[in-house]
Amino acid sequence: MARAVARCRPQVVAAYPISPQTHIVEGLSDLVRTGALERCDFMLVESEFGAMSACIGASAAGVRSYTATASQGILFMAEALFNASGLGLPIVMTVANRAIGAPINIWNDHSDAMAMRDSGWIQLFAASNQEAVDLHVQAFAIAEQLSLPVMVCMDGFVLTHAVEEVEVPDQPDVDAFLPSFVPRQVLDPADPVSIGAMVGPEAFAEVKYLMHATHLRALDEVPRVAADFAERFGRGGPGLVSPYRTEDADVVVVALGSVLGSLREVVDELRHSGTRVGVLGITCFRPWPTEAVRAALVGASRVIVVERAFAVGAGSIVGQSTRLAVAGTSTRVYDVVAGLGGRPVTRASLRGLVDDVLADRIDADRLHFLDLHTAVVEAELARAGPD
Amino acid sequence: MTTQELKLYQVGTYAAGNRLLPVEDRSVQSCPDRSNAITSGHRACQGCGEVLGARYVLDAAMRATDGNMVTVNATGCLEVFSTPYPESSWQVPWLHSLFGNAPAVASGVAAALRASGRQDTRVVAQAGDGGTVDIGLGALSGMFERDDDVLFVCYDNQGYMNTGVQRSGATPGAARTSTTAALGPTPGNAFGQGKNLPLIAMAHEIPYVATATVANLRDLEDKVTRAMSMRGARYLHVLVPCPLGWGSAAHDTIRVARLATESGIFPLFEAERGVVTAVSPIRHRVPVDDYLRLQGRYAHLFGDHPRPDLVARIQADADRAIARFGLLGDTDTDTDATPGTEAR
Amino acid sequence: MFNVRIHGRGGQGVVTAAEMLSVAAFDMGLHAQAFPTFGSERTGAPVVAFCRIHERPITFHEPISHPDALVIQDATLLHQVPLLDGVAARTYLLVNTSRPLAELGIDELVSSLDPGRVVTLPATELARDRLHRPLPNTALLGALAALTGIVSLDAVQRAIGERFAGALALPNMEVAALAHEHVMATRGDRTGA
Repeated sequence: MARAVARCRPQVVAAYPISPQTHIVEGLSDLVRTGALERCDFMLVESEFGAMSACIGASAAGVRSYTATASQGILFMAEALFNASGLGLPIVMTVANRAIGAPINIWNDHSDAMAMRDSGWIQLFAASNQEAVDLHVQAFAIAEQLSLPVMVCMDGFVLTHAVEEVEVPDQPDVDAFLPSFVPRQVLDPADPVSIGAMVGPEAFAEVKYLMHATHLRALDEVPRVAADFAERFGRGGPGLVSPYRTEDADVVVVALGSVLGSLREVVDELRHSGTRVGVLGITCFRPWPTEAVRAALVGASRVIVVERAFAVGAGSIVGQSTRLAVAGTSTRVYDVVAGLGGRPVTRASLRGLVDDVLADRIDADRLHFLDLHTAVVEAELARAGPD
Repeated sequence: MTTQELKLYQVGTYAAGNRLLPVEDRSVQSCPDRSNAITSGHRACQGCGEVLGARYVLDAAMRATDGNMVTVNATGCLEVFSTPYPESSWQVPWLHSLFGNAPAVASGVAAALRASGRQDTRVVAQAGDGGTVDIGLGALSGMFERDDDVLFVCYDNQGYMNTGVQRSGATPGAARTSTTAALGPTPGNAFGQGKNLPLIAMAHEIPYVATATVANLRDLEDKVTRAMSMRGARYLHVLVPCPLGWGSAAHDTIRVARLATESGIFPLFEAERGVVTAVSPIRHRVPVDDYLRLQGRYAHLFGDHPRPDLVARIQADADRAIARFGLLGDTDTDTDATPGTEAR
Repeated sequence: MFNVRIHGRGGQGVVTAAEMLSVAAFDMGLHAQAFPTFGSERTGAPVVAFCRIHERPITFHEPISHPDALVIQDATLLHQVPLLDGVAARTYLLVNTSRPLAELGIDELVSSLDPGRVVTLPATELARDRLHRPLPNTALLGALAALTGIVSLDAVQRAIGERFAGALALPNMEVAALAHEHVMATRGDRTGA
């Protein structure tokens, strides 16, 4: 991963340790020290808030900037995340997705990135390490084209600590794909600009509207960059979504991240036994690709949303967005939380889930926790319940 | 570059009249082609010490860098009154990000300049005391220990004035703020709390630390010039009276600042790599009463129910500072005249 | 698909072993995936790592609950953590110990395995002797290659060479070869018996 990021020639990398992203910036540190990554300033900052702030400064000074974080770290930089997107700075950040405490937990789920879903960043989710590599290269292109920051989310430990074969694009190819960064506005003594002015009620809504409009433009830009990437590198860029056997599917499972590999296997097995099931991977979660999701879900009578996070007290996050895409149809949506805090999401469980939905053992529109130890929670609820 | 007519009143100062000096010794501000980094039309209050300090700091830094400079600003009065969109008072490249991250943003700018071979472009960061001693301290300490090539300037008005005069870690003992009311047995801010950021900065052993006030503007310019002649992390702490927050008359800003130094409450000194290298001796020592009585935030110490005990405590603190820095010019600490002190 | 699960303690190179095994598999033109169950564990705490080897790309990510081969780098864990979960008759079992198999207290399990599936190796002693460090992982990889045939000794040695810098590479490759030889001999005995 470090090598893939290095091929994009970032000029400022801000690093602050947090598991499980740390080895990416460690790798970059080595690459800078050995001179493999030239003209790059590797900053050891005092916090994630400092890391994002340094990237903001560097990006505003006109250089390609990168950092990586996870979990508590992304929360600690939350204020700066909104600032980076509001200022339109094309920073790229890896999020090695990890749960958020309390209780403290260092393992994988998507609570961190989901907590920042409305921070104004483009959010791309990688299904595999190869995709993570490819998405980083694309992220810089998308970010700089739109002048918006992009986070590339990859499942902590599940992907970040897996050793798998990955093709890292060659430097000349990346150079050709990713031209030098030309900032939209830059701190330059020869042409002084004020960046970050205070905007009052008379113009704030307009600024936010324009930001939304840029995000909607990303719905065209993300697939365009993915197609360009595929053309140059010969690997299919997933673009906004990656449908798998959804064409004639009666049941479609919607998911993000590394669980997609397992889901595709499960789909193959179930197809073998005659169940018309497919998977829709969401690569681009922000902006939310309503049209692309709708196109893939048309024809499905049941949609199962499997996600590694949820909105406490409200329900499914991805499920709510998915409902936008099937609005006005009779499609039933099943909201499933799986893999919280590093619990493995196994193929066996996913197979069981699809069976349960088909057999109506699970209700639609009600949050379902996969592999929940029901005895434990029921005992606790009984103990803590009303006298 | 636009210029403006500048009225320079020097009432009650001991500075030589600028026009009597040779051209090379005249202040940056007296120069008709000064950069005017923060130009007129901003929304600062009448008598604002901060905007006065900022103008002198930035114009001096612009001269020292031959105009090759960018600035980073924390959230606060200076940011709010200078950039009401779509207007901006800044004639220098200026970046505002957040309240607590100006040092880290400035470090990032410096890193970008270094990585892209533009080290000739220098970075000056500015914040109020809240953004410096409280919410920004972690980032500032990081900037210091990495020795990033940034001059960080704190305009210290001893409270959160932008949000309505709340107590900060730089608010002095007994001072009334909206969160330390003049009520109860120990009215105003508690004693023995708060942070002395110049000393904290010195503990990082950075190349340069200095204090200044807006009453000693030539001194301020000199210290900025000296700071810009160095590389690495540098820190300048400027006392800037705030008529609104201090309850002082707008026309007394300079006088209050001067009394802060002449009473020993705010020592002027310079330090390099953690060692004090110069202090500005007190010319005419005054009791702290003279300083306190000009400010409504200390009104509860006088009036109908005076608190001479608290005034005595403030006096004792001032006496300690005078002894510590040798401000009466009779100790070894007061070294030979060096650029940037009034001792010349 | 061939699934290997490695148990040991933090600091024994458990994760490195799984990674080197995957590299050996890549070397043989196979697809592989190695990953740990990382925790906040420190040196000495129980650690598990996995390696999947397959002729086709591996697309899913989940822990190995039913291993085809189980490597126990530290036999003191045998009765402390559920190391042997998911072991079937066909599972290969490789235990790092200098004690006789009968003394490990796993007779019941051993007797349920197919013949020739269990091998013990004094890998720590071997490592201490040759590497002057009690790091059993490279010896165990050599032994695993011999026991299962899933990767060749050559491939294991190349993976070791890739992983270890300079002076460390050769002795580790040697240790792997010795362990490989030891297991081949043991198995030869069994076959002969």
